[in-house]
Amino acid sequence: MVDVKKKAAELLSSEAVKVIIGYTEGTGGKPRAAFIQNVADVEKLIFNSQCVMNLAVYLTKAEIKKLGKPAIVAPVNVLRAIIQLAFEVQIQESDIVVLGITPDEKLVEFQSFAAIESYLEDFKMELDAKEKETLAKISGMSLEERWAYWTEELSECFKCYACRAACPMCYCHKCAVEQNKPQWIPVAAHQLGNMEWHIMRAMHLAGRCVNCDACHNACPKGINLNFLTKLMLADAQEQLGYTGPTLKEGNLLSTYNPNDQENFIK
Amino acid sequence: MTIEKYLVKKTSLPVLFDKIKASGKVVKAPKKKSHTTDFADVASFSEVTDDYIVTTQSAKSVAFPRVEKLFNYVKSKDGVQITDYALNAIPEVVMWGVRPCDAAGFDPLNAIFTWDINDVIFTTKLKKTTIIGFSCQNADENCFCTSVGGNPGSTQGSDILFTKLSSGDYLAEVISEKGKAIQALAPELFEAAPSEDKEQNLAKVDVKFTKEIIKEKVDKYFESDVWKEQAQRCIGCGTCAFVCPTCACFDIQDENHGKNGHRIRTWDSCCFSQFTLHTSGHNPRPTQDRRWRQRIMHKFSYMPDRINVYGCVGCGRCSRACPVDMNIAEHLTNISKM
Amino acid sequence: MSEFEPKIVAFVCNWCTYAGADLTGTSRIKYATNVKIVRFPCTGRIDFMLLLKAFGEGADGIIISGCHPNDCHYTSGNFHARRRWVMFRGLMNFMGIDTRRVQFSWVSAAEGAKWAEIVNTTVDEVRELGPYTDYKKVADYLETEVTNG
Repeated sequence: MVDVKKKAAELLSSEAVKVIIGYTEGTGGKPRAAFIQNVADVEKLIFNSQCVMNLAVYLTKAEIKKLGKPAIVAPVNVLRAIIQLAFEVQIQESDIVVLGITPDEKLVEFQSFAAIESYLEDFKMELDAKEKETLAKISGMSLEERWAYWTEELSECFKCYACRAACPMCYCHKCAVEQNKPQWIPVAAHQLGNMEWHIMRAMHLAGRCVNCDACHNACPKGINLNFLTKLMLADAQEQLGYTGPTLKEGNLLSTYNPNDQENFIK
Repeated sequence: MTIEKYLVKKTSLPVLFDKIKASGKVVKAPKKKSHTTDFADVASFSEVTDDYIVTTQSAKSVAFPRVEKLFNYVKSKDGVQITDYALNAIPEVVMWGVRPCDAAGFDPLNAIFTWDINDVIFTTKLKKTTIIGFSCQNADENCFCTSVGGNPGSTQGSDILFTKLSSGDYLAEVISEKGKAIQALAPELFEAAPSEDKEQNLAKVDVKFTKEIIKEKVDKYFESDVWKEQAQRCIGCGTCAFVCPTCACFDIQDENHGKNGHRIRTWDSCCFSQFTLHTSGHNPRPTQDRRWRQRIMHKFSYMPDRINVYGCVGCGRCSRACPVDMNIAEHLTNISKM
Repeated sequence: MSEFEPKIVAFVCNWCTYAGADLTGTSRIKYATNVKIVRFPCTGRIDFMLLLKAFGEGADGIIISGCHPNDCHYTSGNFHARRRWVMFRGLMNFMGIDTRRVQFSWVSAAEGAKWAEIVNTTVDEVRELGPYTDYKKVADYLETEVTNG
């Protein structure tokens, strides 16, 4: 972390950037996002295993863009989001400085987005054993049990949209859920409104989700909504050969392979 | 009525609970769900938990649920037939295990729902609700009731307030006629008042500021940069409003199925970017700092000015639920020092 | 009480399946009348939300049909659709939405007989499964629940 702070101070004092987006200590010692604009405040930066919030969410926020060019403290989940955002032309190489941070808290600098992409090759986006186990557990239930599980789980949702707000990929100024001509999804947080919102959210993240769990961590009700996107990730990997965010190919659902499976089509 | 004090033995509490259930009232109490502890319908006393600082969501849903159908309509050749809300179908509800901050939240809520017109659905529901409070033995770093005029043993808003004593038995304060009615279900359980002092059995919550100071400051610093600084990390979700005991903003929606439909009201939040978006495309609160300022100003300036009650009870729910750790007590403390 | 007659909604593309269904008629092939056809420019234009809307409004089964691979009027709309359905089918299945009630098919403008067969088998299969009430119940939540919150 020392080298990250040093670099951050350099960037600020040389005015190469105007703000450092990083983590600092919050309530009860838990980390929170920090926007460091003075060299003197660089000491407030922290990094530890609790820093799970995906800071990339701030890169597309108008209020943060107004602060000037940012440098962003970026563990692997943030790096993945940066690549996906770059592919979707939401951020430009010249607009940000990326202060990569290795799992053992060392600084890693990147000259280009392509360099981030090749760095990420060492961190394959895969579900861990525990996640696979949970997926298998739900998939192993009967149809009725699965329906009961998800209606119960999603009935907790009161549609605060914290999942959307915390997701770096949910940057749309006007979300489909707020469209009312036609209105696709009921506004209310009743069963149908919740069910359709979460299905739509998962589908719009298919092949875009970077599996950072920001949505689940943000959810005040602790809903396992991240397992909808994890299922999509597992399916995409298994059935469509998806490997993770990349600058090279198109998005999973805006591209195709003539040989995609179609065993379910008559 | 004056507050009457009694002793209720630890072992009497489940008996009282069963008597209330047996009286036919709906009982909602804090229950450990798969992810959170929240008010829910409970079948028996064994489902009730006392292991919580406050529930994740406030108790307000008993009178102001997240979705409420206001009326049904059917369109036909002869016009529109409306089936109005069945007020007489509203059940008697007992809210068990409400914290004093939560109970105090019904005052500002009621003030909002009656300030111009009387919202009969809300007021009828509230009238049919009995609040059985439990004062706090524990507080955490997010609690600040004492800074906004409350305290961990406040009787405001409760119909009966239980305070756990050192013996494990409870001091019962019967505060209102509704509380008397509960007592009347099992008068034998309410024994002679204990001599033990209530105060020493309450959680300690430091006073960080006063609501009057906040009002004075926010009125003065409307144009300050402090809002921008504080709102930097706010990502604009509606969590704070939805867990808040006093937030009352709602949206009205018509849900149609051919010629049938219903009108519903559903929670809304001033922190959503589209909350004030006009049809013209103009948004009077275009940035998150304006929306954050609105949230604070509404609670600490507009509400006391217009309806003579502050819109914050210091439960700290918004801070606990916030995905980006917007700690309201911390922000208010900083404002109070400006 | 009369036997259960499933309500089937078919989302089809204009260029192949719709023309194919037309051919079924002009060829005077009889097939089940349970199906309500909704015509789209292309299978690529069929939003996954429409399936949910259909179930919410009381459909018991759904058919989605378009041009065979490489035959798309817009070159690749059906390829895009196919990927979307791979993902969406998996999600529906995972969430306990009955995918046995959703039939995907390629029916060209020349396959009038295939269209009749697809409709007939789907109607038979859905009739066997019975009415689809799970999703409808969720959609009608506010009508059936006395209190909510």
